[in-house]
Amino acid sequence: MSKKTFAIALMDPPYESENLTTAFRILDVMARRGHNINVFAYEGASGLAFAKQAPHPNPVHGKNLAEENHPTTKDQVAALLALAARNGGKVDWVNCGMCVDERGVGEFVADTRRGSPADFHAFCEASDNVLAIPTK
Amino acid sequence: MAEYLLIESRDPFESNDVGYYCDLARGLVEAGNRVTLFLIQNAVLAARPSAHAPQLRAVIGSGIKVLADDFALKERGIAKLLDGVQIAPIEIVVDHLEAGHKTLWH
Repeated sequence: MSKKTFAIALMDPPYESENLTTAFRILDVMARRGHNINVFAYEGASGLAFAKQAPHPNPVHGKNLAEENHPTTKDQVAALLALAARNGGKVDWVNCGMCVDERGVGEFVADTRRGSPADFHAFCEASDNVLAIPTK
Repeated sequence: MAEYLLIESRDPFESNDVGYYCDLARGLVEAGNRVTLFLIQNAVLAARPSAHAPQLRAVIGSGIKVLADDFALKERGIAKLLDGVQIAPIEIVVDHLEAGHKTLWH
């Protein structure tokens, strides 16, 4: 299969919806296959790449930070970018600027950027296919 | 003739919209298109033989390929499926996107 470019829209916020688990599974396959991935993180999803997310221990279960090994979406975003790069693909991860400002999540992990719905329009025009994953 | 992948994420016992999505799948086939319905997340609950899910049963056997996400089934401990529903990996979504099929998420 030749390299493709896909546009993906995400809307769900971190730590709330199984949609994101499935979305990251799909993105993982795309990255492993070396495709270019253009992600528009909109509304709650604009917090996925927020750099100040921190893992935590779980005192209820008696687990310290290392034992709990709590995943953060900022690490999942960074891992996606690294995986795509290792396989010859590129991820352009855009965080909706207005959504970011509303939520105060304007500090992003490296190699993601601020943008607007105009970026999603451009992504759709430049992509071989599009998948929009809306909130329920 | 176009080819569609319809991804259903919702539990039919929680959302009446699932019935409309199944109607959409059947309508697309009746209009001459090829349709695959991929059940993910809580949508796989309808694929149990014991589930009362007339919307899904009406889709099976109507010319629509019905798949259920292996990960979602395993998470929920579902091992037995309705006849006509096949287990599939998440890679199937990327396969369809690569092929240029119209892919919708519900």
